Amino acid sequence: MAKTGILIETENNGVKETSLGVMAAAAGTEIHALVMDGDAAAARETLAAHGAAVVVDMAAGKTVQSPDQAAAALAAAAKEYGLTAILGTASAIGKDIFARAAALMGQPLASDILGLDLEQRTVKKSHFSGKTLATLRLDADIFLCTVRPNLFEPAQAQAEGALAAFDPGVADAGGVKVLEVKKGDADTLDLTEAPVVVTGGRAVNAAENFAMLDACAAKLGAAVGASRAAVDAGFANHAMQVGQTGKTVSPRLYIACGVSGAVQHFAGMKTSKVIVAINEDKDAPIFAKCDYGIVGDIFEVVPRLTEKL
Amino acid sequence: MKIFVCVKHVPDTAATIKVAGEAGYEEGGVKFVSNPYDEFGIEEAVKTVEKNGGEVVILTVGKAGAAATMRGAMAMGAHRGILVKTDTQFLDPALTAQALKAAMDQDGLGDMVFTGKGSVDSESFQTQYCLAAALGVPVANEVSALSLGEGKAVAEQETGGGDKQVLELSLPCVIGATKGLNEPRYPKFPDIMKAKKKELREIDIADLGIDLSQGRICLETLEIVPERSGAKMLEGDTDAQIAELVRILREDEKVI
Repeated sequence: MAKTGILIETENNGVKETSLGVMAAAAGTEIHALVMDGDAAAARETLAAHGAAVVVDMAAGKTVQSPDQAAAALAAAAKEYGLTAILGTASAIGKDIFARAAALMGQPLASDILGLDLEQRTVKKSHFSGKTLATLRLDADIFLCTVRPNLFEPAQAQAEGALAAFDPGVADAGGVKVLEVKKGDADTLDLTEAPVVVTGGRAVNAAENFAMLDACAAKLGAAVGASRAAVDAGFANHAMQVGQTGKTVSPRLYIACGVSGAVQHFAGMKTSKVIVAINEDKDAPIFAKCDYGIVGDIFEVVPRLTEKL
Repeated sequence: MKIFVCVKHVPDTAATIKVAGEAGYEEGGVKFVSNPYDEFGIEEAVKTVEKNGGEVVILTVGKAGAAATMRGAMAMGAHRGILVKTDTQFLDPALTAQALKAAMDQDGLGDMVFTGKGSVDSESFQTQYCLAAALGVPVANEVSALSLGEGKAVAEQETGGGDKQVLELSLPCVIGATKGLNEPRYPKFPDIMKAKKKELREIDIADLGIDLSQGRICLETLEIVPERSGAKMLEGDTDAQIAELVRILREDEKVI
Protein backbone atom coordinates (compact mmCIF):
# COMPACT_ATOMS: atom_id res chain seq x y z
CA MET A 1 0.00 0.00 0.00
CA ALA A 2 1.24 3.50 -0.81
CA LYS A 3 2.51 5.37 2.20
CA THR A 4 1.27 8.91 2.77
CA GLY A 5 2.73 11.34 5.28
CA ILE A 6 0.42 13.91 6.86
CA LEU A 7 1.97 16.94 8.54
CA ILE A 8 -0.14 17.21 11.69
CA GLU A 9 -0.76 20.60 13.30
CA THR A 10 -1.61 20.74 17.00
CA GLU A 11 -2.92 23.38 19.36
CA ASN A 12 -3.26 23.24 23.16
CA ASN A 13 -1.94 19.65 23.00
CA GLY A 14 -4.80 18.52 20.77
CA VAL A 15 -4.78 17.67 17.06
CA LYS A 16 -6.41 20.38 14.94
CA GLU A 17 -9.69 19.32 13.29
CA THR A 18 -8.31 20.55 9.99
CA SER A 19 -5.41 18.07 10.23
CA LEU A 20 -7.88 15.23 10.86
CA GLY A 21 -9.69 16.39 7.71
CA VAL A 22 -6.46 16.14 5.71
CA MET A 23 -6.05 12.57 7.01
CA ALA A 24 -9.48 11.74 5.61
CA ALA A 25 -8.30 12.99 2.21
CA ALA A 26 -5.60 10.28 2.26
CA ALA A 27 -7.97 7.39 3.15
CA GLY A 28 -6.96 4.13 1.49
CA THR A 29 -3.24 4.67 1.93
CA GLU A 30 -0.96 3.77 4.84
CA ILE A 31 -0.96 7.00 6.82
CA HIS A 32 2.09 8.24 8.68
CA ALA A 33 1.03 11.11 10.94
CA LEU A 34 4.04 13.42 11.27
CA VAL A 35 3.88 15.42 14.51
CA MET A 36 6.44 18.22 14.59
CA ASP A 37 4.90 21.02 16.67
CA GLY A 38 3.45 19.15 19.65
CA ASP A 39 3.31 16.04 21.83
CA ALA A 40 3.03 12.99 19.56
CA ALA A 41 2.34 10.58 22.44
CA ALA A 42 -0.59 12.72 23.62
CA ALA A 43 -1.97 12.90 20.08
CA ARG A 44 -1.49 9.19 19.32
CA GLU A 45 -4.93 7.95 20.31
CA THR A 46 -6.80 10.58 18.27
CA LEU A 47 -4.55 10.06 15.25
CA ALA A 48 -4.94 6.25 15.41
CA ALA A 49 -8.74 6.65 15.54
CA HIS A 50 -8.54 8.69 12.32
CA GLY A 51 -6.47 6.23 10.34
CA ALA A 52 -2.82 6.72 11.33
CA ALA A 53 -0.92 3.45 10.92
CA VAL A 54 2.18 5.14 12.32
CA VAL A 55 2.48 8.24 14.51
CA VAL A 56 5.91 9.75 13.98
CA ASP A 57 7.30 11.88 16.79
CA MET A 58 9.33 14.34 14.71
CA ALA A 59 10.14 16.47 17.74
CA ALA A 60 12.00 13.58 19.32
CA GLY A 61 15.28 15.17 18.35
CA LYS A 62 14.04 18.69 19.24
CA THR A 63 16.12 20.08 16.40
CA VAL A 64 13.45 21.85 14.38
CA GLN A 65 13.52 25.56 15.16
CA SER A 66 13.27 27.30 11.80
CA PRO A 67 10.93 26.94 8.83
CA ASP A 68 13.77 25.62 6.66
CA GLN A 69 14.53 22.98 9.27
CA ALA A 70 10.86 21.97 9.28
CA ALA A 71 11.04 21.55 5.50
CA ALA A 72 14.26 19.54 5.74
CA ALA A 73 12.61 17.38 8.42
CA LEU A 74 9.72 16.59 6.04
CA ALA A 75 12.21 15.62 3.35
CA ALA A 76 14.08 13.41 5.83
CA ALA A 77 10.85 11.72 6.94
CA ALA A 78 9.90 11.02 3.32
CA LYS A 79 13.19 9.18 2.87
CA GLU A 80 13.12 7.35 6.23
CA TYR A 81 9.58 5.99 5.79
CA GLY A 82 9.44 5.64 2.00
CA LEU A 83 6.55 8.11 1.67
CA THR A 84 5.21 8.62 -1.85
CA ALA A 85 3.03 11.58 -0.85
CA ILE A 86 2.96 14.17 1.92
CA LEU A 87 -0.13 16.27 2.59
CA GLY A 88 -0.74 19.13 4.98
CA THR A 89 -3.17 21.91 5.79
CA ALA A 90 -3.11 25.07 3.67
CA SER A 91 -2.65 27.19 6.80
CA ALA A 92 -0.12 30.03 6.84
CA ILE A 93 2.49 27.76 8.44
CA GLY A 94 1.56 24.69 6.37
CA LYS A 95 1.75 26.53 3.03
CA ASP A 96 5.14 27.96 4.00
CA ILE A 97 6.70 24.65 5.11
CA PHE A 98 5.43 22.76 2.05
CA ALA A 99 6.70 25.40 -0.39
CA ARG A 100 10.12 25.24 1.26
CA ALA A 101 10.06 21.43 1.25
CA ALA A 102 9.05 21.25 -2.43
CA ALA A 103 11.83 23.64 -3.46
CA LEU A 104 14.33 21.73 -1.31
CA MET A 105 13.25 18.32 -2.65
CA GLY A 106 12.96 19.52 -6.25
CA GLN A 107 9.34 18.32 -6.39
CA PRO A 108 6.27 20.03 -7.81
CA LEU A 109 3.71 21.29 -5.29
CA ALA A 110 -0.01 21.94 -5.37
CA SER A 111 -1.00 24.55 -2.80
CA ASP A 112 -4.45 25.07 -1.28
CA ILE A 113 -6.13 22.26 -3.22
CA LEU A 114 -9.86 21.54 -3.25
CA GLY A 115 -9.71 17.86 -4.22
CA LEU A 116 -7.21 15.13 -5.05
CA ASP A 117 -6.71 11.70 -6.56
CA LEU A 118 -3.64 10.15 -4.99
CA GLU A 119 -3.50 7.27 -7.46
CA GLN A 120 -3.81 9.44 -10.57
CA ARG A 121 -1.61 12.13 -8.96
CA THR A 122 -4.07 14.83 -9.90
CA VAL A 123 -5.50 17.70 -7.87
CA LYS A 124 -8.33 20.19 -8.28
CA LYS A 125 -7.57 23.75 -7.37
CA SER A 126 -8.80 27.27 -7.83
CA HIS A 127 -7.47 29.49 -10.61
CA PHE A 128 -8.51 33.12 -11.08
CA SER A 129 -9.82 33.71 -7.57
CA GLY A 130 -12.28 30.84 -7.55
CA LYS A 131 -13.81 31.64 -10.93
CA THR A 132 -12.32 28.53 -12.53
CA LEU A 133 -11.37 25.09 -11.30
CA ALA A 134 -8.14 23.61 -12.64
CA THR A 135 -7.18 19.96 -12.77
CA LEU A 136 -3.42 19.61 -12.44
CA ARG A 137 -1.34 16.46 -12.85
CA LEU A 138 1.86 16.44 -10.86
CA ASP A 139 4.82 14.57 -12.32
CA ALA A 140 6.19 13.89 -8.85
CA ASP A 141 8.32 11.25 -7.14
CA ILE A 142 6.86 12.48 -3.89
CA PHE A 143 3.44 14.06 -4.31
CA LEU A 144 3.23 17.22 -2.19
CA CYS A 145 0.12 19.26 -1.54
CA THR A 146 -1.64 21.41 1.01
CA VAL A 147 -5.40 21.06 1.36
CA ARG A 148 -7.80 23.98 1.92
CA PRO A 149 -9.01 23.75 5.55
CA ASN A 150 -12.47 22.28 6.21
CA LEU A 151 -12.93 20.87 2.71
CA PHE A 152 -12.60 17.31 3.98
CA GLU A 153 -14.56 16.23 7.06
CA PRO A 154 -12.60 14.21 9.63
CA ALA A 155 -13.57 10.51 9.45
CA GLN A 156 -13.24 7.76 12.03
CA ALA A 157 -10.99 4.94 10.74
CA GLN A 158 -9.27 2.96 13.49
CA ALA A 159 -5.66 2.01 12.68
CA GLU A 160 -2.72 0.84 14.73
CA GLY A 161 -1.10 4.21 15.41
CA ALA A 162 2.29 2.74 16.31
CA LEU A 163 4.44 5.44 17.91
CA ALA A 164 7.83 5.97 16.27
CA ALA A 165 10.47 8.45 17.38
CA PHE A 166 12.36 10.03 14.50
CA ASP A 167 15.21 12.49 14.71
CA PRO A 168 15.39 14.18 11.30
CA GLY A 169 18.91 15.40 12.14
CA VAL A 170 18.57 18.89 10.68
CA ALA A 171 21.29 20.81 12.47
CA ASP A 172 21.75 23.63 9.95
CA ALA A 173 19.13 26.32 10.61
CA GLY A 174 19.60 27.82 7.14
CA GLY A 175 19.41 31.55 6.45
CA VAL A 176 16.10 32.15 8.23
CA LYS A 177 16.00 32.50 12.00
CA VAL A 178 12.80 32.82 14.05
CA LEU A 179 13.44 35.76 16.37
CA GLU A 180 10.07 35.91 18.05
CA VAL A 181 6.58 34.51 17.96
CA LYS A 182 4.05 37.14 18.99
CA LYS A 183 0.98 35.39 20.35
CA GLY A 184 -2.29 37.12 19.58
CA ASP A 185 -5.33 36.98 21.81
CA ALA A 186 -5.55 33.34 22.97
CA ASP A 187 -9.31 33.32 22.32
CA THR A 188 -8.94 34.32 18.68
CA LEU A 189 -9.75 31.42 16.38
CA ASP A 190 -7.64 31.06 13.26
CA LEU A 191 -9.81 32.58 10.56
CA THR A 192 -8.58 30.25 7.81
CA GLU A 193 -9.37 27.14 9.84
CA ALA A 194 -12.52 28.13 11.73
CA PRO A 195 -15.58 25.94 11.04
CA VAL A 196 -17.85 29.02 11.09
CA VAL A 197 -16.97 32.60 10.12
CA VAL A 198 -18.97 35.77 10.84
CA THR A 199 -17.77 38.72 8.74
CA GLY A 200 -18.50 42.40 9.03
CA GLY A 201 -18.46 44.86 6.15
CA ARG A 202 -18.49 48.61 5.81
CA ALA A 203 -21.96 48.77 7.35
CA VAL A 204 -20.47 47.81 10.74
CA ASN A 205 -19.43 51.45 10.70
CA ALA A 206 -17.00 51.55 13.66
CA ALA A 207 -14.33 49.35 15.24
CA GLU A 208 -16.26 49.06 18.51
CA ASN A 209 -19.31 47.71 16.67
CA PHE A 210 -17.37 44.54 15.90
CA ALA A 211 -18.22 43.55 19.52
CA MET A 212 -21.70 42.76 18.20
CA LEU A 213 -20.19 40.25 15.75
CA ASP A 214 -17.86 38.88 18.46
CA ALA A 215 -20.91 38.07 20.58
CA CYS A 216 -22.61 36.26 17.70
CA ALA A 217 -19.38 34.42 16.84
CA ALA A 218 -18.90 33.30 20.45
CA LYS A 219 -22.30 31.53 20.35
CA LEU A 220 -21.36 29.78 17.09
CA GLY A 221 -17.74 28.88 17.88
CA ALA A 222 -16.91 31.14 14.96
CA ALA A 223 -14.01 33.37 13.97
CA VAL A 224 -14.72 36.98 13.07
CA GLY A 225 -13.63 38.33 9.69
CA ALA A 226 -13.87 41.67 7.94
CA SER A 227 -14.33 42.83 4.37
CA ARG A 228 -11.66 44.93 2.71
CA ALA A 229 -13.91 47.98 3.01
CA ALA A 230 -14.11 47.50 6.79
CA VAL A 231 -10.33 47.02 7.06
CA ASP A 232 -9.50 50.01 4.87
CA ALA A 233 -11.90 52.15 6.90
CA GLY A 234 -9.92 51.18 10.02
CA PHE A 235 -12.74 49.19 11.69
CA ALA A 236 -10.71 45.95 11.78
CA ASN A 237 -7.09 44.93 11.36
CA HIS A 238 -5.71 43.29 8.25
CA ALA A 239 -5.32 39.88 9.93
CA MET A 240 -9.14 39.72 9.84
CA GLN A 241 -9.54 40.52 6.14
CA VAL A 242 -11.31 37.92 4.03
CA GLY A 243 -10.86 37.99 0.26
CA GLN A 244 -8.18 39.02 -2.16
CA THR A 245 -5.26 40.70 -0.37
CA GLY A 246 -6.60 38.98 2.74
CA LYS A 247 -7.36 35.41 3.73
CA THR A 248 -9.12 32.57 1.98
CA VAL A 249 -11.62 30.76 4.17
CA SER A 250 -13.82 27.75 3.57
CA PRO A 251 -16.00 27.22 6.64
CA ARG A 252 -19.16 25.11 6.74
CA LEU A 253 -21.10 28.32 7.52
CA TYR A 254 -20.20 31.87 6.45
CA ILE A 255 -22.36 34.76 7.67
CA ALA A 256 -21.69 38.08 5.90
CA CYS A 257 -23.06 41.08 7.81
CA GLY A 258 -23.27 44.32 5.87
CA VAL A 259 -20.91 43.06 3.15
CA SER A 260 -21.77 44.18 -0.38
CA GLY A 261 -20.15 41.18 -2.07
CA ALA A 262 -17.41 42.36 -4.41
CA VAL A 263 -15.69 39.78 -6.65
CA GLN A 264 -12.55 40.26 -4.55
CA HIS A 265 -14.51 39.27 -1.44
CA PHE A 266 -15.94 36.15 -3.05
CA ALA A 267 -12.39 35.15 -4.03
CA GLY A 268 -11.77 34.52 -0.34
CA MET A 269 -14.96 32.71 0.74
CA LYS A 270 -16.61 31.18 -2.31
CA THR A 271 -15.94 27.57 -1.31
CA SER A 272 -17.76 27.98 2.02
CA LYS A 273 -20.45 25.30 2.34
CA VAL A 274 -23.35 27.60 3.27
CA ILE A 275 -23.23 31.38 2.80
CA VAL A 276 -25.74 33.63 4.58
CA ALA A 277 -25.93 37.36 3.90
CA ILE A 278 -27.56 40.07 6.00
CA ASN A 279 -27.73 43.43 4.24
CA GLU A 280 -29.97 46.46 4.32
CA ASP A 281 -29.78 46.86 0.53
CA LYS A 282 -31.99 44.29 -1.17
CA ASP A 283 -30.02 44.85 -4.40
CA ALA A 284 -26.59 44.18 -2.83
CA PRO A 285 -24.59 41.93 -5.21
CA ILE A 286 -23.96 39.43 -2.41
CA PHE A 287 -27.58 38.22 -2.55
CA ALA A 288 -27.09 37.03 -6.12
CA LYS A 289 -24.33 34.62 -5.12
CA CYS A 290 -25.17 33.33 -1.63
CA ASP A 291 -27.50 30.68 -0.22
CA TYR A 292 -29.77 32.53 2.24
CA GLY A 293 -30.48 36.22 2.56
CA ILE A 294 -32.06 38.53 5.11
CA VAL A 295 -32.77 42.11 4.07
CA GLY A 296 -32.41 44.22 7.17
CA ASP A 297 -30.32 46.47 9.35
CA ILE A 298 -27.43 44.43 10.82
CA PHE A 299 -27.76 46.34 14.10
CA GLU A 300 -31.26 44.98 14.43
CA VAL A 301 -30.80 41.50 12.91
CA VAL A 302 -27.45 40.37 14.35
CA PRO A 303 -28.22 40.87 18.08
CA ARG A 304 -31.56 39.10 17.67
CA LEU A 305 -29.87 36.25 15.78
CA THR A 306 -27.31 35.97 18.59
CA GLU A 307 -30.17 35.68 21.09
CA LYS A 308 -31.78 32.85 19.13
CA LEU A 309 -28.61 30.75 18.85
CA MET B 1 21.52 48.56 -3.47
CA LYS B 2 20.25 46.70 -6.47
CA ILE B 3 16.78 45.31 -5.94
CA PHE B 4 14.85 43.04 -8.29
CA VAL B 5 11.06 42.99 -8.12
CA CYS B 6 9.41 40.05 -9.86
CA VAL B 7 6.08 41.24 -11.24
CA LYS B 8 3.41 39.13 -12.92
CA HIS B 9 0.99 40.38 -15.54
CA VAL B 10 -2.39 38.82 -14.67
CA PRO B 11 -6.08 39.17 -15.57
CA ASP B 12 -7.88 41.65 -13.32
CA THR B 13 -9.79 39.84 -10.56
CA ALA B 14 -13.00 41.49 -11.75
CA ALA B 15 -12.51 40.23 -15.33
CA THR B 16 -14.77 37.53 -16.74
CA ILE B 17 -12.73 34.48 -17.65
CA LYS B 18 -13.77 32.45 -20.68
CA VAL B 19 -12.23 29.03 -21.07
CA ALA B 20 -10.64 28.29 -24.45
CA GLY B 21 -9.93 24.70 -25.40
CA GLU B 22 -9.23 22.18 -22.64
CA ALA B 23 -6.86 24.17 -20.50
CA GLY B 24 -6.58 27.76 -21.65
CA TYR B 25 -8.52 31.00 -21.52
CA GLU B 26 -9.38 33.74 -23.96
CA GLU B 27 -7.25 36.82 -23.50
CA GLY B 28 -9.15 39.08 -25.88
CA GLY B 29 -11.27 41.60 -23.97
CA VAL B 30 -9.66 40.72 -20.64
CA LYS B 31 -8.12 43.60 -18.72
CA PHE B 32 -4.64 42.72 -17.46
CA VAL B 33 -3.06 44.32 -14.42
CA SER B 34 -0.08 43.94 -12.16
CA ASN B 35 -0.60 41.04 -9.74
CA PRO B 36 -2.01 42.94 -6.71
CA TYR B 37 0.47 41.53 -4.17
CA ASP B 38 3.45 42.48 -6.36
CA GLU B 39 2.58 46.16 -5.92
CA PHE B 40 3.53 45.93 -2.24
CA GLY B 41 6.91 44.56 -3.36
CA ILE B 42 7.40 47.38 -5.91
CA GLU B 43 6.57 50.04 -3.32
CA GLU B 44 8.91 48.53 -0.72
CA ALA B 45 11.77 48.28 -3.22
CA VAL B 46 11.31 51.87 -4.42
CA LYS B 47 11.09 53.16 -0.83
CA THR B 48 14.25 51.27 0.12
CA VAL B 49 16.23 52.66 -2.82
CA GLU B 50 14.91 56.19 -2.21
CA LYS B 51 16.40 55.90 1.27
CA ASN B 52 19.62 53.96 0.59
CA GLY B 53 20.35 54.71 -3.05
CA GLY B 54 20.63 52.12 -5.82
CA GLU B 55 18.27 50.86 -8.49
CA VAL B 56 15.08 48.85 -8.79
CA VAL B 57 14.81 46.41 -11.68
CA ILE B 58 11.40 44.99 -12.64
CA LEU B 59 11.67 41.41 -13.83
CA THR B 60 8.73 39.75 -15.53
CA VAL B 61 8.21 36.42 -17.24
CA GLY B 62 5.24 36.75 -19.57
CA LYS B 63 3.80 37.68 -22.92
CA ALA B 64 4.71 40.80 -24.88
CA GLY B 65 1.65 42.54 -23.39
CA ALA B 66 3.27 42.38 -19.94
CA ALA B 67 5.34 45.42 -20.93
CA ALA B 68 2.33 47.63 -20.04
CA THR B 69 2.30 46.30 -16.48
CA MET B 70 6.07 46.80 -16.26
CA ARG B 71 5.70 50.43 -17.39
CA GLY B 72 3.22 50.86 -14.54
CA ALA B 73 5.85 49.57 -12.10
CA MET B 74 8.42 51.95 -13.57
CA ALA B 75 5.95 54.81 -13.12
CA MET B 76 5.93 53.90 -9.42
CA GLY B 77 9.66 54.57 -9.40
CA ALA B 78 11.45 51.47 -10.65
CA HIS B 79 14.43 52.30 -12.88
CA ARG B 80 14.31 49.73 -15.66
CA GLY B 81 12.80 46.42 -16.65
CA ILE B 82 13.65 43.04 -18.09
CA LEU B 83 10.90 41.05 -19.79
CA VAL B 84 11.50 37.37 -20.33
CA LYS B 85 9.10 36.57 -23.13
CA THR B 86 7.08 33.38 -23.34
CA ASP B 87 3.77 32.62 -25.03
CA THR B 88 2.74 30.03 -22.45
CA GLN B 89 -0.39 30.97 -20.50
CA PHE B 90 0.49 28.85 -17.48
CA LEU B 91 4.18 28.29 -16.90
CA ASP B 92 5.36 25.76 -14.34
CA PRO B 93 6.50 27.78 -11.28
CA ALA B 94 9.83 25.93 -11.16
CA LEU B 95 10.50 26.96 -14.77
CA THR B 96 9.45 30.54 -14.06
CA ALA B 97 11.96 30.54 -11.20
CA GLN B 98 14.67 29.16 -13.48
CA ALA B 99 13.95 31.90 -16.01
CA LEU B 100 14.02 34.60 -13.30
CA LYS B 101 17.34 33.29 -12.00
CA ALA B 102 18.87 33.07 -15.46
CA ALA B 103 17.87 36.68 -16.19
CA MET B 104 19.36 37.79 -12.86
CA ASP B 105 22.58 35.88 -13.57
CA GLN B 106 22.82 37.66 -16.89
CA ASP B 107 22.11 41.11 -15.45
CA GLY B 108 24.17 40.72 -12.29
CA LEU B 109 22.74 39.50 -8.98
CA GLY B 110 20.94 41.92 -6.68
CA ASP B 111 21.04 42.58 -2.95
CA MET B 112 17.39 41.72 -2.54
CA VAL B 113 14.45 40.29 -4.45
CA PHE B 114 10.80 41.15 -3.86
CA THR B 115 7.82 39.18 -5.16
CA GLY B 116 4.15 39.16 -4.22
CA LYS B 117 3.01 36.47 -1.77
CA GLY B 118 1.37 34.65 -4.68
CA SER B 119 -0.34 35.34 -7.97
CA VAL B 120 -4.09 35.67 -8.39
CA ASP B 121 -4.22 33.74 -11.67
CA SER B 122 -2.70 30.31 -11.04
CA GLU B 123 -2.53 30.74 -7.23
CA SER B 124 0.35 28.29 -6.94
CA PHE B 125 2.22 30.19 -4.18
CA GLN B 126 5.68 28.75 -4.79
CA THR B 127 7.67 30.64 -7.45
CA GLN B 128 9.42 32.76 -4.79
CA TYR B 129 10.48 29.64 -2.90
CA CYS B 130 11.78 27.94 -6.06
CA LEU B 131 13.66 31.13 -6.94
CA ALA B 132 15.23 31.38 -3.46
CA ALA B 133 16.28 27.73 -3.63
CA ALA B 134 17.78 28.26 -7.10
CA LEU B 135 19.66 31.35 -5.90
CA GLY B 136 20.67 29.60 -2.67
CA VAL B 137 19.33 32.45 -0.52
CA PRO B 138 16.75 32.58 2.31
CA VAL B 139 13.10 33.43 1.71
CA ALA B 140 10.18 34.73 3.78
CA ASN B 141 6.64 34.93 2.43
CA GLU B 142 3.47 36.84 3.39
CA VAL B 143 5.66 39.59 4.83
CA SER B 144 3.63 42.48 6.28
CA ALA B 145 6.47 44.45 7.94
CA LEU B 146 10.14 44.68 7.04
CA SER B 147 13.26 46.44 8.29
CA LEU B 148 16.78 46.23 6.91
CA GLY B 149 19.95 46.10 9.00
CA GLU B 150 23.62 45.47 8.28
CA GLY B 151 23.61 42.37 6.05
CA LYS B 152 20.21 41.25 7.29
CA ALA B 153 16.49 41.77 7.00
CA VAL B 154 13.91 41.41 9.76
CA ALA B 155 10.51 40.37 8.43
CA GLU B 156 7.19 39.98 10.19
CA GLN B 157 4.47 37.64 8.98
CA GLU B 158 0.97 36.76 10.18
CA THR B 159 0.65 33.10 11.03
CA GLY B 160 -3.06 32.88 11.85
CA GLY B 161 -5.28 33.38 14.89
CA GLY B 162 -3.76 36.83 15.39
CA ASP B 163 -0.27 35.35 15.89
CA LYS B 164 2.76 36.87 14.23
CA GLN B 165 6.22 35.53 13.62
CA VAL B 166 9.36 37.66 13.34
CA LEU B 167 12.08 36.24 11.09
CA GLU B 168 15.66 37.31 10.53
CA LEU B 169 17.12 36.62 7.09
CA SER B 170 20.65 37.10 5.89
CA LEU B 171 21.01 39.22 2.73
CA PRO B 172 20.58 38.72 -0.14
CA CYS B 173 17.12 37.25 0.36
CA VAL B 174 13.73 36.88 -1.31
CA ILE B 175 10.73 38.61 0.30
CA GLY B 176 7.14 37.73 -0.67
CA ALA B 177 5.14 40.87 0.05
CA THR B 178 1.55 41.17 1.19
CA LYS B 179 -0.91 43.83 2.31
CA GLY B 180 0.17 45.73 5.40
CA LEU B 181 3.78 46.13 4.26
CA ASN B 182 3.07 49.61 2.83
CA GLU B 183 0.57 51.64 0.83
CA PRO B 184 1.53 51.36 -2.85
CA ARG B 185 1.66 54.83 -4.42
CA TYR B 186 -0.45 56.01 -7.34
CA PRO B 187 1.91 57.24 -10.07
CA LYS B 188 1.46 60.89 -11.11
CA PHE B 189 1.16 61.88 -14.75
CA PRO B 190 4.79 63.08 -15.14
CA ASP B 191 5.98 59.75 -13.65
CA ILE B 192 3.89 57.85 -16.17
CA MET B 193 5.44 59.91 -19.01
CA LYS B 194 8.95 59.40 -17.62
CA ALA B 195 8.37 55.64 -17.33
CA LYS B 196 7.77 55.43 -21.07
CA LYS B 197 11.39 56.38 -21.68
CA LYS B 198 12.93 54.00 -19.19
CA GLU B 199 14.91 51.00 -20.43
CA LEU B 200 12.86 47.84 -20.99
CA ARG B 201 14.93 44.97 -22.31
CA GLU B 202 13.30 41.88 -23.79
CA ILE B 203 14.79 38.39 -23.78
CA ASP B 204 13.23 35.29 -25.28
CA ILE B 205 12.84 32.55 -22.67
CA ALA B 206 14.49 30.06 -25.04
CA ASP B 207 17.61 32.24 -25.15
CA LEU B 208 17.98 31.74 -21.40
CA GLY B 209 18.23 27.99 -21.95
CA ILE B 210 14.87 27.21 -20.34
CA ASP B 211 13.35 24.01 -21.71
CA LEU B 212 9.57 24.43 -21.47
CA SER B 213 9.04 20.68 -21.89
CA GLN B 214 10.60 20.12 -18.45
CA GLY B 215 7.54 21.31 -16.52
CA ARG B 216 6.27 18.89 -13.88
CA ILE B 217 2.91 20.51 -13.18
CA CYS B 218 0.57 19.89 -16.09
CA LEU B 219 -2.70 21.81 -16.34
CA GLU B 220 -5.07 19.21 -17.78
CA THR B 221 -8.38 21.04 -17.71
CA LEU B 222 -9.78 24.41 -16.76
CA GLU B 223 -13.51 24.68 -16.02
CA ILE B 224 -15.76 27.55 -15.07
CA VAL B 225 -17.10 27.22 -11.52
CA PRO B 226 -20.85 27.83 -11.59
CA GLU B 227 -21.99 30.66 -9.33
CA ARG B 228 -24.66 30.05 -6.72
CA SER B 229 -27.98 30.77 -8.36
CA GLY B 230 -29.10 33.46 -5.93
CA ALA B 231 -30.14 33.52 -2.30
CA LYS B 232 -33.32 32.10 -0.90
CA MET B 233 -34.60 35.31 0.65
CA LEU B 234 -36.20 34.77 4.05
CA GLU B 235 -39.61 36.30 4.54
CA GLY B 236 -41.80 37.81 7.23
CA ASP B 237 -40.78 40.22 9.98
CA THR B 238 -37.25 40.19 11.41
CA ASP B 239 -38.06 37.64 14.12
CA ALA B 240 -39.75 35.31 11.65
CA GLN B 241 -36.77 35.57 9.26
CA ILE B 242 -34.31 34.81 12.04
CA ALA B 243 -36.35 31.87 13.34
CA GLU B 244 -36.53 30.40 9.85
CA LEU B 245 -32.79 30.94 9.27
CA VAL B 246 -31.85 29.22 12.52
CA ARG B 247 -34.18 26.32 11.71
CA ILE B 248 -32.65 25.91 8.23
CA LEU B 249 -29.08 26.05 9.53
CA ARG B 250 -29.87 23.49 12.25
CA GLU B 251 -32.24 21.08 10.52
CA ASP B 252 -31.74 21.35 6.76
CA GLU B 253 -28.10 22.33 6.38
CA LYS B 254 -26.94 20.88 9.74
CA VAL B 255 -24.10 23.41 9.97
CA ILE B 256 -24.75 24.65 13.52
